[in-house]
Amino acid sequence: MRHLLAATAMVLASATLAAAEGQLQLYNWGNYTSPELLAKFEKETGIKVTVTDYDSNDVALAKVEAGGSGFDLVVPSASYVPIWVEKGLVQELDLTKLPNHKNIAPEWLDVAWDPGRKYSVPWQWGSTGIAVNTKVYGGDINTSAVFLDVPPELVGKINVVPEMIDIVSLATMYVGGTACSDDPEVMKKARDVLLAAKPNWISMDYGATERLSNGDWAASVNWNGSTMRARMATNGDVQYGYPKEGYPIFMDSVMLLQDATNVEEAYKFIDFIMVPENAAMISAFARYANGIAGSDAFMPEDMKTAPEVVVPEEHKAAGVFLPTCTGKGLEYMTAIWTELQK
Amino acid sequence: MAKPGFEINRLPGFATIALGAFVLLYLPIATLVVYSFNGSNSVATWGGFSLHWYDKAWANADVKAATMRSLIIGVSAAVLSTTLATLAALGTTRRRAFKGQTFIYVMINQPLMVPEIVTAVALLIFFGILKVATGYQGLGYLIAAHTAFCIPFAYLPIRARLESMDLSLETAAADLYASPWQTFRRVTLPLLAPGIMAGAMLAFVISLDDVVITEFVKSGGQDTLPTYMLGQLRRAFTPEVNAISTMLLGVTVVLLTAFFLLTRKKD
Amino acid sequence: MSPAEENAIRSSARNGWLLSAPALIVLALAASGPLLIVVYYSFLTANDTGGIIREYSVEGWKGIFLTYDIFEERYALADAHLTIFWRSVWLSLATTALTFAIGFPTAWFIATRPARHRAMWLFLITIPFWTNLLIRTFAINEVIRNEGILNTLLLWLGVIDAPLQIVYTETAVLIGMTYVYLPLMVLPLYATIERFDMRLLEAAYDLYANRWLTLRRVILPIIKPGIIAGSILVFVPSLGAYVTPRILGGGKKMMIGNFIELQFLQGKNWPLGAALSVLLLFIVMAALLVYVRVANRDRGAGHG
Repeated sequence: MRHLLAATAMVLASATLAAAEGQLQLYNWGNYTSPELLAKFEKETGIKVTVTDYDSNDVALAKVEAGGSGFDLVVPSASYVPIWVEKGLVQELDLTKLPNHKNIAPEWLDVAWDPGRKYSVPWQWGSTGIAVNTKVYGGDINTSAVFLDVPPELVGKINVVPEMIDIVSLATMYVGGTACSDDPEVMKKARDVLLAAKPNWISMDYGATERLSNGDWAASVNWNGSTMRARMATNGDVQYGYPKEGYPIFMDSVMLLQDATNVEEAYKFIDFIMVPENAAMISAFARYANGIAGSDAFMPEDMKTAPEVVVPEEHKAAGVFLPTCTGKGLEYMTAIWTELQK
Repeated sequence: MAKPGFEINRLPGFATIALGAFVLLYLPIATLVVYSFNGSNSVATWGGFSLHWYDKAWANADVKAATMRSLIIGVSAAVLSTTLATLAALGTTRRRAFKGQTFIYVMINQPLMVPEIVTAVALLIFFGILKVATGYQGLGYLIAAHTAFCIPFAYLPIRARLESMDLSLETAAADLYASPWQTFRRVTLPLLAPGIMAGAMLAFVISLDDVVITEFVKSGGQDTLPTYMLGQLRRAFTPEVNAISTMLLGVTVVLLTAFFLLTRKKD
Repeated sequence: MSPAEENAIRSSARNGWLLSAPALIVLALAASGPLLIVVYYSFLTANDTGGIIREYSVEGWKGIFLTYDIFEERYALADAHLTIFWRSVWLSLATTALTFAIGFPTAWFIATRPARHRAMWLFLITIPFWTNLLIRTFAINEVIRNEGILNTLLLWLGVIDAPLQIVYTETAVLIGMTYVYLPLMVLPLYATIERFDMRLLEAAYDLYANRWLTLRRVILPIIKPGIIAGSILVFVPSLGAYVTPRILGGGKKMMIGNFIELQFLQGKNWPLGAALSVLLLFIVMAALLVYVRVANRDRGAGHG
């Protein structure tokens, strides 16, 4: 009996100890972190990074807010950054520990949602559009009608990612409003069009990169980088459409959590990803652009000409950088989303 | 009299359905195992026999870490829950029924009756508060949660064994001037051993298999093998998951066979 | 009763409590106790991005049946919620019925094998049960998904032109749950059938009953306790199912378990999640009470 207790105690102790040495807990979007990057980081610093993934901003926020999540770094979208800051969930960055901070591209440095980049550091940015397997549907894919007024070929075959801001914004712009609108008439129309379309969707789930590639879905509202990977996996069958009624542009940034335990390791990582070739490595994996100046030289060739990454001229005007919704606009958006989720 | 050749206990079609049921039960699992050896990526095409996915699984650092964690939690939970269950079994059997005994039964069997999602939610809230209040975020919470729901599983076989034990041996020991503690250590415990082993193994398997409660209680970077697989199943369907599943299956079958052998009634 | 005997009884009871105490403490802290916190949380106010505010409110409970329509600015019946409840109940009932339809013949078959083979058959039916739930659900998914075994086979045979869309439907969840919970129906049925006196069948046939009449009037009534036990063992976990609808339902075919989880993630409504959990617990307890009552009544009635 005594031996058993001793053994158990040792096992427990070693389990908790093992958590301490050279470790970093990164909470990031799924399929968004390059394994090569982590391997390179571990080789250079000896710090092992463990990635836990989430697939929506709301989930990330909810999990961390619940307390005791154990994560050190999180990578939310721009429109959520002010929420994280306001709730005191993240720390202000000590810029003296980040010599590579100057590498941030000028257009991404002084952003409305984090002036001077005191809390967040760019990870990747992209757009939300429609990914369609053109073998199943050959019509116009550059419109939100593909998922809001589903064409017969795609009924029961199109997925919609459960990311609130993207979907509700797309619907709002489709009915003629602006994202985060607080006009009840406009929002009501957006809600109605979403609820009417929902029965025609196959699911509201994640994993588009794989499911578009293996045929489980014929189409999906999806992010550009993930679609590019699906296009490459299906030899061009899957194409990316830019909704002409308006499509969201997002940027995801890395932030340091208030109750992070591996703070020094976190700073090393944040600094590491602002080195141009490392930023390019991140982009090369998930196929999104990054916000670090000088990384272009290291980007893979196919990304320099890919229609998902380099926005074609005719679609540029419809891109809208999503603002942070507040007040009535946010209430409407949340109410619509809750109803849609059921 | 019944007609000759008329089998009394045969009901038409039942054997067919029964055998069909066995086939249908094992077919998906067999498919899973077979395709873990598939050289190619998809289920539709067979790319030749290959251990490629097993190599990938073994080389995957996340899988290794998750497996380690599952083992640590499983062993700890099995040891702790079996100890607690043994004590409880000793306390609730072979004595005159006392007031409140029903309450003890209910408490011990309660994890079997409450839906896992409800317990998971309860622990999410409770442990969340503790995590913030104490700053401790280690595996202790998972071990505690697993121990708790393993207790009824360990308790049942031990109690069954205890109730079928022959009291006369212990009475004989007492007659020979053995103290209660000596009787316990030298007579009761060895006789009880198969029941305890069975209980421990059952508890280990149950802990190893848990998905829901672990998913809600875990903190960052604390994936067990099942929660790791759940994460993978939400996106990638590579045969790597098949390989991991087959290995987990193998472990379960081995343990179950041992359990059955241990609890087989000696004729 | 002599004082010595009374003392012995009292100390026996005290020992009983002392020995059980450690287990009870662990259970109170990591299983039963936290359930009380859930009840408490169901009466608090939701924080707009998750968590709670310590203010009394019945919005959580109201939210089960009513939703506040922000555009009409009034309360309306939450038919989306009711859809989820109804789906959970009907899928659980359907699973119970289906597992019985398949499980009863199976249990009968095992019970009528020669005695020395029965242990092996039982072992065979138990292995899938102890296999990880996730693995079993994943296995079924491999069979029924668009590029899975079933569709590949049907396409190859030429029976269909395009893959049948089975996953992401309620049918998929039903198939999944039946597959996963079948052994739970078989085992109690087997236990009851094994004790069934086959001579009753002989008597029935002697009285010129055919097989169906025998089944209906003799067999089924006597094995009723097994049917009820199996039904409860299948219905209760089905109602609280989480993994199977999550993987096979694709986020659109939620059951109560998934809906509860949603409130703690994107739903951002912990009180509602807590209230739903308590509701689920009550329904399960009610079902168990029904079982206990019926089982006791049957046992008490004895064989007439």
